[in-house]
Amino acid sequence: MTSETKPNSTAKPQGNTGALPSVARRKFLNGIAAAAGTGCLLNLGAFMVSRPASANPAQALRPPGALEESAFLSACVRCGLCARGCPYDTLKLAPAGGPVAPGTPMFTAREVPCEMCDDIPCIKACPTAALKHEMTDINEARMGLAVLSDHESCLNFLGLRCDVCYRVCPVIDKAITLENVHNQRSDRHAMLLPTVHSEHCTGCGKCEKSCVLPVAAIKVMPIKLAQGKLPAHYRKGWEEKEKHGSSLIGEQIQMPVRGMEEKAFGDSRLNEAGKVAPAKGALNSGWKP
Amino acid sequence: MLGQEAIATKGWFGAHRWLILRRLSQLTVLALFLSGPWFGVWLAKGNLASSVFLDVLPLTDPYLFIQSLAAGFIPASSALIGAAIVVVFYALIGGRVFCAWVCPVNVITDLAAWMRRQLGIKSGRVPDGNSRYWILGGSLLAAALSGSLIWEWVNPVSIVQRSLIFGLSGSLIVVFAVFAYDLLIASRGWCGHLCPMGAFYGLLGQTALWRVTAAKRSACNDCMDCFTVCPEPQVIRPALKKVGQESPLILDRDCTACGRCVDVCGKQVFNFTHRFDQRSDS
Repeated sequence: MTSETKPNSTAKPQGNTGALPSVARRKFLNGIAAAAGTGCLLNLGAFMVSRPASANPAQALRPPGALEESAFLSACVRCGLCARGCPYDTLKLAPAGGPVAPGTPMFTAREVPCEMCDDIPCIKACPTAALKHEMTDINEARMGLAVLSDHESCLNFLGLRCDVCYRVCPVIDKAITLENVHNQRSDRHAMLLPTVHSEHCTGCGKCEKSCVLPVAAIKVMPIKLAQGKLPAHYRKGWEEKEKHGSSLIGEQIQMPVRGMEEKAFGDSRLNEAGKVAPAKGALNSGWKP
Repeated sequence: MLGQEAIATKGWFGAHRWLILRRLSQLTVLALFLSGPWFGVWLAKGNLASSVFLDVLPLTDPYLFIQSLAAGFIPASSALIGAAIVVVFYALIGGRVFCAWVCPVNVITDLAAWMRRQLGIKSGRVPDGNSRYWILGGSLLAAALSGSLIWEWVNPVSIVQRSLIFGLSGSLIVVFAVFAYDLLIASRGWCGHLCPMGAFYGLLGQTALWRVTAAKRSACNDCMDCFTVCPEPQVIRPALKKVGQESPLILDRDCTACGRCVDVCGKQVFNFTHRFDQRSDS
């Protein structure tokens, strides 16, 4: 049976050069409207779902060399080749339905931190350069920034010598230093406070991983979340002085502080009336329980 | 029942030949990616978004590639080469061959369609078949406006294949949503009407070489089995009934080259051939 012998009910109108019949036109326009509506609705839905990503989720610790987050979300095709390239299984792909864009690589420092491989295999594996191919020195990585967020439970802040975060830091004495501070509570000891320096911290997360507390007192966060910023017009007087070679406002008169005369530098205890100050350089500090 | 005559004349395997081959193809693709993490034999790394086969051949999904371009990022050369290889392959073989022979979502929607037939569900409302092009355009526009791959937050194809390959949980909800939509709301709703990835590959393979032909169309007894089983039934009529074309080839870009029409036809009207094979018995 050929089409000529068939009833003509489904055949299209011939010589369709003028205006469409109104029913057909309405059907056509309805179809377009429905399709356009569906298209807009679904994409709007996707847009709404993607909103949390712009809130810069704390879990979004990216592999070394990752572009800045908003550029990264345009460049990463979610293929997972970086995760396959990672010899330590550090990198995971974000699951669907979470705060991090699904399928993008991330790591959880407390579980598996970045081991900072010299050859950076994750960057080499990236096909799109969402991980910057020109980065060849792992020390330039800025995966995040460590923050000693809990001063109340950090053992070093309690005056103990834990130091573990400092010891494990791959950029020890640069990214984390121990700052010697007088212990006000005991009044005779030092506190060695782990202090992170953003200039050197790669955000590898080894400090967070090895914090001995049940919940880490030091945590790695995305830099945007962790770092503050001074106003652009601020100048540090001491730095300007050093740059200039001398004070910019002339030499200032140094007045003696009353009650602190004849004290060694750093000895902040006041002279008590009737008590003889210990001789300079003597071993007896004058401390009584 | 569907394909009864085909089973009678060709036997069960004969009447499911292309279906079985397709499932094998889909499984093989997944197996290539899973042999590494499961058995330590690395054949393909990455996933369908971008991969490296045997550590030399880069492959990148061109739809993701153009989304990235739309978002304002120019991917590195390895992704470009990979996308070019994939484009050439599907433009030659058949764009929506991806849908029927590679995409794991196809298994879900085929199952939904099969259950819909078995349960006799006729209800629901099917969206316009052109919706997919609007969604395709919308996804690129959304990427351009936001500078981010917005569609990849919800793209079931990406989410399902990645979850299978990387063993991620959380994709079950997506699988279930697509399945429920196809089963209860719209027959062949996702793959046949909405999926922008299918639309993209369809546009890509418009002039592809590998085609289904209704070469023995004079033998057709109007049993309608091919229309019932076809995921894109509108593609059959021009070739089978000579509506608007003389050629027996199914030339519509929506044809996924799944070969189910070849399987279920008891009169062996259909077969696979190449684009230039115009032989027909009527």
